Amino acid sequence: MRYLPNSPGDRTRMLNEIGLKSIEELFNQIPEELRLKRPLQVPGPFSEQEILEFFREAAKESSHEYVSLLGAGVYQHYRPVIIDVLLSRGEFLTAYTPYQAELAQGTLQALFEFQTLITQLTGMEVANASLYDGSTATNEAVLMAMRVTRRERVVLARTLHPEYREVIRTYLQNLGVKQVEVPYAPSGQIDLAQLESNLDHETAALVIQSPNFFGSIERVREIAAMTRKCGALLIVAVPEPLSLALVKEPSEADIVCGEAQSFGVPVAFGGPFAGFLATREKFVRQIPGRLVGQTVDSEGRRGFVLTLVTREQFIRREKATSNICTSQSLCALAATIYLCLLGKQGLKRLAEHNLAKTHYAAKVLASVAGFEIPFTAPYFNEFVIKTPDHAVDLLETLREGKIIGGLELERFYPELKNHLLLCVTEVVRKADIDRMAEVYRRFGSHSRTQVTEGELQAAPAGEKD
Amino acid sequence: MTRNEGLIFERSSPGKTGMELSALDVPPVSAKELLGEEFYRSEIQGFPEVSELEVVRHFTRLSTWNYGIDTGLYPLGSCTMKYNPRVNETVAALEGLATDHPYTPESLAQGCLKVLAQTARCLIEITGMDAISLQPAAGAQGELTGLLMMRAYHKDRNEQRRYILVPDSAHGTNPASVTIAGYEARNLKSNDRGCVGLEELGRAMTEEVAGLMLTNPNTLGIFEDQIQEIARRVHAKGGLVYMDGANMNALVGVARPGEFGVDVMHLNLHKTFSTPHGGGGPGSGPVAVKKILEPFLPAPIIEEDAEGFYRVNHDRPKSIGRVRAFYGNFGMAVRALAYILAYGPQGLRQVTEDAVLNANYVLAKLRSAYELAYDAPAMHECVFSDRRQAQHGVRTGDIAKRLIDYGFHPYTVSFPLIVSGAMMIEPTESASKAELDAFIDAMLSIAREVEEDPQIVTSAPHTTRVTRLDEATAARKPVLRWKP
Amino acid sequence: MYPEEFLYTQDHEWIRVDGNTASVGITDHAQKELGDIVFVELPQVGAHLTAKESFGTVESVKAVADIYSPVTGEVIAVNPKIQNAPELVNSDPHGEGWLIQLELKDRSETDRLMSAEEYEAYLKGGAAH
Repeated sequence: MRYLPNSPGDRTRMLNEIGLKSIEELFNQIPEELRLKRPLQVPGPFSEQEILEFFREAAKESSHEYVSLLGAGVYQHYRPVIIDVLLSRGEFLTAYTPYQAELAQGTLQALFEFQTLITQLTGMEVANASLYDGSTATNEAVLMAMRVTRRERVVLARTLHPEYREVIRTYLQNLGVKQVEVPYAPSGQIDLAQLESNLDHETAALVIQSPNFFGSIERVREIAAMTRKCGALLIVAVPEPLSLALVKEPSEADIVCGEAQSFGVPVAFGGPFAGFLATREKFVRQIPGRLVGQTVDSEGRRGFVLTLVTREQFIRREKATSNICTSQSLCALAATIYLCLLGKQGLKRLAEHNLAKTHYAAKVLASVAGFEIPFTAPYFNEFVIKTPDHAVDLLETLREGKIIGGLELERFYPELKNHLLLCVTEVVRKADIDRMAEVYRRFGSHSRTQVTEGELQAAPAGEKD
Repeated sequence: MTRNEGLIFERSSPGKTGMELSALDVPPVSAKELLGEEFYRSEIQGFPEVSELEVVRHFTRLSTWNYGIDTGLYPLGSCTMKYNPRVNETVAALEGLATDHPYTPESLAQGCLKVLAQTARCLIEITGMDAISLQPAAGAQGELTGLLMMRAYHKDRNEQRRYILVPDSAHGTNPASVTIAGYEARNLKSNDRGCVGLEELGRAMTEEVAGLMLTNPNTLGIFEDQIQEIARRVHAKGGLVYMDGANMNALVGVARPGEFGVDVMHLNLHKTFSTPHGGGGPGSGPVAVKKILEPFLPAPIIEEDAEGFYRVNHDRPKSIGRVRAFYGNFGMAVRALAYILAYGPQGLRQVTEDAVLNANYVLAKLRSAYELAYDAPAMHECVFSDRRQAQHGVRTGDIAKRLIDYGFHPYTVSFPLIVSGAMMIEPTESASKAELDAFIDAMLSIAREVEEDPQIVTSAPHTTRVTRLDEATAARKPVLRWKP
Repeated sequence: MYPEEFLYTQDHEWIRVDGNTASVGITDHAQKELGDIVFVELPQVGAHLTAKESFGTVESVKAVADIYSPVTGEVIAVNPKIQNAPELVNSDPHGEGWLIQLELKDRSETDRLMSAEEYEAYLKGGAAH
């Protein structure tokens, strides 16, 4: 087998040297009745060529020829080729967690740069070296806020990504933590009046997302004033951190967490990604996950080490700040390379392109009769559009033209029937948007007649929203 | 030359960029107007500005300060640093697999769903379990997922149980996960063979105990040969058996945990199934279960219908919920499947045989110079103690650093905790005899140095870009970011 | 090595009683075992401690140790220098590296603690962790 370096002769020699007669003897520790007496029923062995063929075949059954307007926590941005060129260096790709600092200065310095970039983007003082993804980073932020405040009540905006909320629910379900959800206002932002009445002196944290799940930008400063009053921590989740190049950083928050996937990490059907978590210096000992710190070697040269490790599970065991034992170094490295390539001006220009395209799409699509933008708050590269009816049919018609026309919000918000969430990044062309508008127009006029008939037959009064 | 690369921020100067955008094909907008004063940000202070070539050189130079599996032997115990086949990277980057959005409609995502389903099927066969979730993002999250399922199972039977038994040799994530799951960890002292003793288990296993978390082979590289009896006793008190599958590289194709009495376990795709460690992630920690726990698996799960169409089933009323957004680390499943396909049934068994043979070879060759922690045959790794060397003032950490000078990555230092000055060596199947012989020679040579010239060992490494780093200052006055 | 006027615990804390108050720290042996101390977590002034209760932690680069109160009492002072200079616990564990001061509740509790001589014998006996 091509991956195995020992020859049959090597194996025999090694067996002889350790005084065994057969390979089977190596497994004498395992009780006879527990040993598998048949070959595993898995496919293979495949040559390299066969592996490529197998996966190329699978890759065909995909949406890669489609223009997609899906966002909702996973963003399709252009990835410069340099990223994969550098990530494929074996010294990065095949290294372990940098416990042996002298042999891992490359990874350590890159992660130190990642931490710095995240603090600059978020307006926070310290950031960790990444967590699994945005959903788990947000959950870790909640657990951290509970440690800091020693309180056990958590308030979540309903406009926080529904899957992030599900993850938090899973983690908190056995810890006896009260969870409250705050609805959104007609603006698409969190309902501030409702929020105020839901915050109290037992609240450990409020979690909002900005731009939120509908794309609306939240009023972080006002919200922070409310949480501060009751001694709760404000957690701001940012699943689309490209927004931070144009949207004011949430520096009034206590913890800013989110997803770095936008920065050069492939969409890859949802992972692997890189979560981030940034906070104020005074909470540094409560941060979950790895932290890289700068120091000097015995000759005074600058170097980097994993630091404050006593927070972590391998030392503190059941008293650790988190059970997390890994970061997402390689994805964080991708993000670091990406951010360095774009740089200060490039990232801002890219964000401006996203903003321009999104607002163009919103204008063109919402100008079609019957379509409207229900929420009024400012947005970055995502917005909600309300279709006259049968959003499912619209999406299907768009698919015939090789367009995936957004996410049906009803899946997560039953009250938002016929509402679509659209994301327009730099990879979507004007021509695609215009083509969509064409389908919208045809669909709009076509479906109105259809629905009139439908309503006459079946729809009970009051069903419409 | 490559030794003096500064931070990227120190190369920055205004006006440079490493990437240009395509021309904007829609009318430009004023961000300040659209977002309003309240939300508009004019600049990111301190952000770098460098050219493409500078980025390439910067990260290429940094990479040369790292040691990877591609560089040489990486005998880190409990980490299974095996060869990461490059074709796996190629297929994971294929358009269609790397580019599908997780909310792509099912009918357009059959390729990705099929990869997930096939990976699941292979892992179920390898573990001998009944069902699996690929959602957990890493081993520790797999542990937590398994524990939450145990909890849901007991709750479903109207039982309240408070404790989880964790052997003192366990990985630190085990007790940490227990706490996060809302349980209390109860330490189980290992017996004189380094294993879980039936007597100790009998005392600890009460009806207040939800289950036992067991690593098998354990962190000493020893197979818990009483596993069936252990499982029987845990089950007799209504508890469940969780197996930490960190050491599955000792078992694939040879024995299946599903036949040991294990109810739930996790796998580490980044260990046993060759997905790259990437300098500390991403990993993937699928959780496999027996039928009784299947209803509690994280939602959603992927099902294949009679026509061979893959569907995502969200309708799982007893599920513990999600542990991570979307489908977990899909890209890692692609790589793991490519690994399994490359080897096939015979090859997977050969991997296990070679991994165990290599560990026993190292054990046999080093036992004259280093004291074995427990004198038992090894599975895929072996653990020595630094007791003899400590008499000369040299500890496991020093020997590890000295190995660097000999061109090897160190073994795992000071773990498991129950061994004083542990030196944990896992060669994996990827080490050739020639390479192991060189490693063994290095270890024997260091053992001699310890007796003749301990100073050279305690001041190692001598050949790296930096010497030993001042970790105390790093922790006392943390500097966690660059500042202008 | 170990001051005669101090009393010692099996967990390697020392206590110096002065009337109704006492200072508490960790012993030279404990600081050596831990190595470079990088962080000390201490209770607030006013906290009530019971004998043998953990009142904080001492952290080195790679280890954490709980510190236990030798006696019952109220915290009346914490060493203000420790937060910024935890290395004092290494350089002067029995002096500048003191951790807290307590107001004693029951002086008789000190009866079961070890004298310097007993503590040294205890260390020699291999009972040290």
